Amino acid sequence: MTVETAPAPAPSGGSAAAGGAPARRGRTLPSGSVITTFLVLFLVIAAVSVEGFASTRNAGFLLLDVVVIALIALPLTLVVVTGEIDLSVASTVGLSSAVMGKLWFAGLPLEAIIPLVLLLGAALGAVNGLLVTRLGLPSLAVTIGTLALYRGLAFVVLGDQAVADFPRAWTTWAISSIGSTGIPVVVVPLVVLVLVTGVVLHATPVGRSLYAMGNSEDAARFSGIDVGRTKLWLFVVTGVVSALGGVYWTLRYGSARADNATGLELQVIAAILLGGVSIFGGSGGLLGVVAGALLLGSVRNALQLVNVPSDVLNIVTGVLLITAVVAPQVAARVKGRRRRRPAS
Amino acid sequence: MSRSLLGRHLRGGLTGVAVAALVLTTAACGGTTRGEDEGSSSGGSAGASADPDAEIPADLAVAFLPKALNNPYFDVAATGSERAVGEIDGEFSQVGPTEASASSQVSYINTLTQQGADVILTSANDPNAICSALDQARSGGASVVTFDSDTAPECRDVFINQATADGIAQTQVDLMAEQIGGAGQVAILSATANATNQNAWIELMQEYAASEHPDMEIVTTVYGDDEDEKSFQETQGLLQTYPDLKGIISPTTVGISAAARYLSGSEYKGRVALTGLGTPNQMREFVQDGTVTAFALWNPEDLGYLAAYTGAALAAGQITGAEGETFEAGDLGEYEIGADGVVVLGEPTVFNAENIDDFDF
Repeated sequence: MTVETAPAPAPSGGSAAAGGAPARRGRTLPSGSVITTFLVLFLVIAAVSVEGFASTRNAGFLLLDVVVIALIALPLTLVVVTGEIDLSVASTVGLSSAVMGKLWFAGLPLEAIIPLVLLLGAALGAVNGLLVTRLGLPSLAVTIGTLALYRGLAFVVLGDQAVADFPRAWTTWAISSIGSTGIPVVVVPLVVLVLVTGVVLHATPVGRSLYAMGNSEDAARFSGIDVGRTKLWLFVVTGVVSALGGVYWTLRYGSARADNATGLELQVIAAILLGGVSIFGGSGGLLGVVAGALLLGSVRNALQLVNVPSDVLNIVTGVLLITAVVAPQVAARVKGRRRRRPAS
Repeated sequence: MSRSLLGRHLRGGLTGVAVAALVLTTAACGGTTRGEDEGSSSGGSAGASADPDAEIPADLAVAFLPKALNNPYFDVAATGSERAVGEIDGEFSQVGPTEASASSQVSYINTLTQQGADVILTSANDPNAICSALDQARSGGASVVTFDSDTAPECRDVFINQATADGIAQTQVDLMAEQIGGAGQVAILSATANATNQNAWIELMQEYAASEHPDMEIVTTVYGDDEDEKSFQETQGLLQTYPDLKGIISPTTVGISAAARYLSGSEYKGRVALTGLGTPNQMREFVQDGTVTAFALWNPEDLGYLAAYTGAALAAGQITGAEGETFEAGDLGEYEIGADGVVVLGEPTVFNAENIDDFDF
């Protein structure tokens, strides 16, 4: 009964803007579809003009580089939609990897290690969630703190050592592809998770309540949504998924290290913002995020293939991001001015 | 009602994660406890035979992949590689990540595989993280040479070792003996107490000094932890504790420059000898002002030059990476491949007032 009263933005995050209240910040274009169109265009252009881009092997390389980013972007998108942020995801990956290495070195079987590491991820997420929801601290501050804390703990666990003797069957599985398609095997569970998250966000009352929280926490609270509890769960899920990312990262590179995935949080957030999710919460869709992750990965891959130096590559990524964040704001402002003019 | 709905759906999400984890867990079968895995390595070169007289093909695509870009040490090594590739009429390119992390090199190796590079010269940030990417590159026909920092031996064809531990130890002891006339008290200023390579060198230095320079007495080893300030203070402490100290050997670039800074500003300048491992750019002013006579380090330009020639010899089929094979490396002359596919660059380069201005790194 309560959820119905909450605003119900469309999956693409677009049509909600049309009826948006004037108080809303950073209203967006239907950015999910914009970015998807852009991705398709880019893929076509790159396939035609970049030698070696459109091959099954290259597709495999590209997807392997995107898998962890896309994976962690899923729960983090939900977090951002509610108006919060979690910057500690990459440090959670690193700490999970370090703990996984330590336990493996101690002789535990992987079948026992993986559930333990996922539990650890849940605990790390719960720490973030409790600090945000129970103490009412801003998630930006909390997770900047745990970004440093979790990474520090990773170095306490493993120092600058690397644990590398994971079973070959597992490490080759982590990079193997489905038959001769070039598509990595791990894309299958990832697609399942994308679908699950997509359904939760776009087709359930839970999803609608997340948008409601992002638009107005007070309104959401008054309409009966348990904001604190929901956010706590979101942080826990993000922790678990990040730990899963850590397990996969470790197997993919066959090396457990405390510095694994350093800086990855920025790429994940880049994918989310590029995908059209408003950093202020309340709008955006999962399709755009997946397209955003793929676009970032494809741009990097294509530019590498034409030997663009990596410093320039970082600049290109940065410009893409700023454009993605600024363009909707500018568009909204232009639209607003046009609407105001006849009135005045 | 909405609360229970929320919990249920979020738990549904969690279940999804757990299912995916389960897929991940069960999909890979076989040995899953440490030590069970046989680790069947895919050493590529076994069986192939070398033809020492083979011509180096023209237009070899040689890619240089450092630990990270914009690192002066690797820039100098790249200069050497580029010169070598010029001599064999190949095509040189330098690619790499901007940060030296364990996995960041992988996508660059993948790109090189996709581009069909003939030779990949790389210094690994992690001995294992780039292994499977290198395997793919090699099965695509690339020859892989590591330098400066090796991968696991089965992941590359040849490793260019900058110097042997024996060579490093002996050069430093000989330099010190020369500077103090072969007799007197000497102290060692090291990095951290548990630095594996430093400790190995120190042990070899002590053995070598005892047998070759019996009048030279190594009185103590102190640790500056590779921190400039701590190394500076340890130097000060050494000179106070041992008033008759004749010299300090610092087998670390941080330690030697901090010690030089202390000596150059103290009454001990010119009276207490200092040598060890340092870079010319760090040490130039102290050599010029007379604080330091000579110190050593391998020459990264030669390292890159040798790596490129080794890659070319592999691509040409002159060598396969097996022990005992020999090849020509341009100006540097003939080299032989040692055990585990390792080639040693040679004795460290000694820098002094005469040659230090020829180097910029």
